Amino acid sequence: MTTISPVKTVKESKPKEQNSPKKSVYLTKQLNLWYGDKHALKNIDLDIKEHEVTAIIGPSGCGKSTYIKTLNRMVELVPSVKTSGEILYRERNIFDANYGVEELRTKVGMVFQKPNPFPKSIYDNVAYGPRIHGIKNKKILDEIVEKSLRGAAIWDEVKDRLNENAYSISGGQQQRICIARALAIEPDVILMDEPTSALDPISTLKIEELVQELKKDYSIIIVTHNMQQAARISDKTAFFLNGEVIEYDDTDVIFSNPSDKRTEDYISGRFG
Amino acid sequence: MRYVDHDLVVKRMGGRKIVNYLFKGLFMLATTIALLALAILLYRIVTQGAGNLSWEFLNNFASRFPEKAGIKAALIGSLWLMAVVAPTSIILGVGSAIYLEEYAKKNRMTAFIRTNISNLAGVPSVVFGLLGLTIFVRALSLGNSVLAAGFTMSLLILPVIIVAAQEAIRAVPNELRDASLGMGATKWQTIVRIILPAAIPGILTGSILALSRAIGETAPLIVIGVPVIIQFLPSGVMDTFTALPMQIYDWSSRPQQEFQAVAAAGIIVLMAVLLTMNSIAALIRNKFQKRY
Repeated sequence: MTTISPVKTVKESKPKEQNSPKKSVYLTKQLNLWYGDKHALKNIDLDIKEHEVTAIIGPSGCGKSTYIKTLNRMVELVPSVKTSGEILYRERNIFDANYGVEELRTKVGMVFQKPNPFPKSIYDNVAYGPRIHGIKNKKILDEIVEKSLRGAAIWDEVKDRLNENAYSISGGQQQRICIARALAIEPDVILMDEPTSALDPISTLKIEELVQELKKDYSIIIVTHNMQQAARISDKTAFFLNGEVIEYDDTDVIFSNPSDKRTEDYISGRFG
Repeated sequence: MRYVDHDLVVKRMGGRKIVNYLFKGLFMLATTIALLALAILLYRIVTQGAGNLSWEFLNNFASRFPEKAGIKAALIGSLWLMAVVAPTSIILGVGSAIYLEEYAKKNRMTAFIRTNISNLAGVPSVVFGLLGLTIFVRALSLGNSVLAAGFTMSLLILPVIIVAAQEAIRAVPNELRDASLGMGATKWQTIVRIILPAAIPGILTGSILALSRAIGETAPLIVIGVPVIIQFLPSGVMDTFTALPMQIYDWSSRPQQEFQAVAAAGIIVLMAVLLTMNSIAALIRNKFQKRY
């Protein structure tokens, strides 16, 4: 197992890791990113494993959202962004000139901070991804829509109102529609950028339970400003500060026995 | 020590309330004057022109005799004009707006272009008439045809349509673009499937209001040399024609008193067309109320 300094990655001493070594889904090597002159990400090295929930925590402005948006290259929508280094997704550098962003984003779904359904029916929202990728057959679309809505644990709530506008349901339901919409393209990875920050506690709980279900079939990377949430749902946690990865380890290690003083200060609520 | 002296506040309250009512009255007066002027105008036109409104008036060509004069050539001519102006200006205008909002890089050059498109909307229409005369009538030898006038009018309202479409496109939340692009949609798919459907009410409303401006414009038509007395209908875009405001202008400038009433009837027809168009714009705006 390759361990990239200076960040601690998976500990090889753990027996369960040795029995079934998980493959890397995202391997970030010496990633730097600038917004104009602002150095937003500094020498990031991270090895993210498949079928795990990886949480990214840190105070506002630490680069956690920037990092997750780099993973599907959405960050490049901001003008004047420059990057260096590599991000290998399934052993292929996503910055390669011949790696199309559309291709990458078909494998890597994203759920955003604020629920952002399209002003269309619930059905058309979920069918959007398959349709842009060329599926026209109504029967197949029906199946995808049902499967995705079931996957996002919202089928029972909306099955009788698929033709209603997606804005007619509650914010928490909208966010699960957005998750279903991401599932509909049958991705490999799901990126979640503070998916519950705009939701009430009950909707948050539902999304958290859903994340636990989804990790059986998908690799999930979740940015959260809520440390309890990271502790509850993630297998690994990366702590970002000022554009650097301070510590990356198993979640229970980060929250019970962090090796860096700054991590300890942050999780114990001394700053941030 | 307290900074807010409550006794003083109570003492001064009277004066503040008077100023408050004063301004309310002032603004009501302003509205009343505007509405009154409009009401008088409408009253005079309707009382003068209503007597002349009839099926014959709509179905007759222009004539030397006020009782025989009709508006058929001008009404149909204006419709022909719209048939050229609407597709030309909407296609060019929406296309430019999409380019400026979705594709063009945000730098000084595009900021300069944006500002000047707004400035262009303020250029007097007679200047566009001269432009049309030089380019379409003379250089392209289109003569005083429907096509030449239509292109000129399109140029005139193009800035208005571009600005309206830009605003409608800009009002589409970025979150929707992110959602679409994040699923692997191309830029074009995002524009066609997400941005345009969300922006279409705003684009249509702006376009219809711009078209209703074009239907009422006279100056460019005069400069181009659109005739008034026409005894036939255009059979194609290369034919010469006349339009409603031209006909009204001609009637109202005649010495005979009877023609003033004919002009008023013409104005009623023109206003009916404008009101219909504006109602369609309002209807579209209400029907597709934005839901995000």
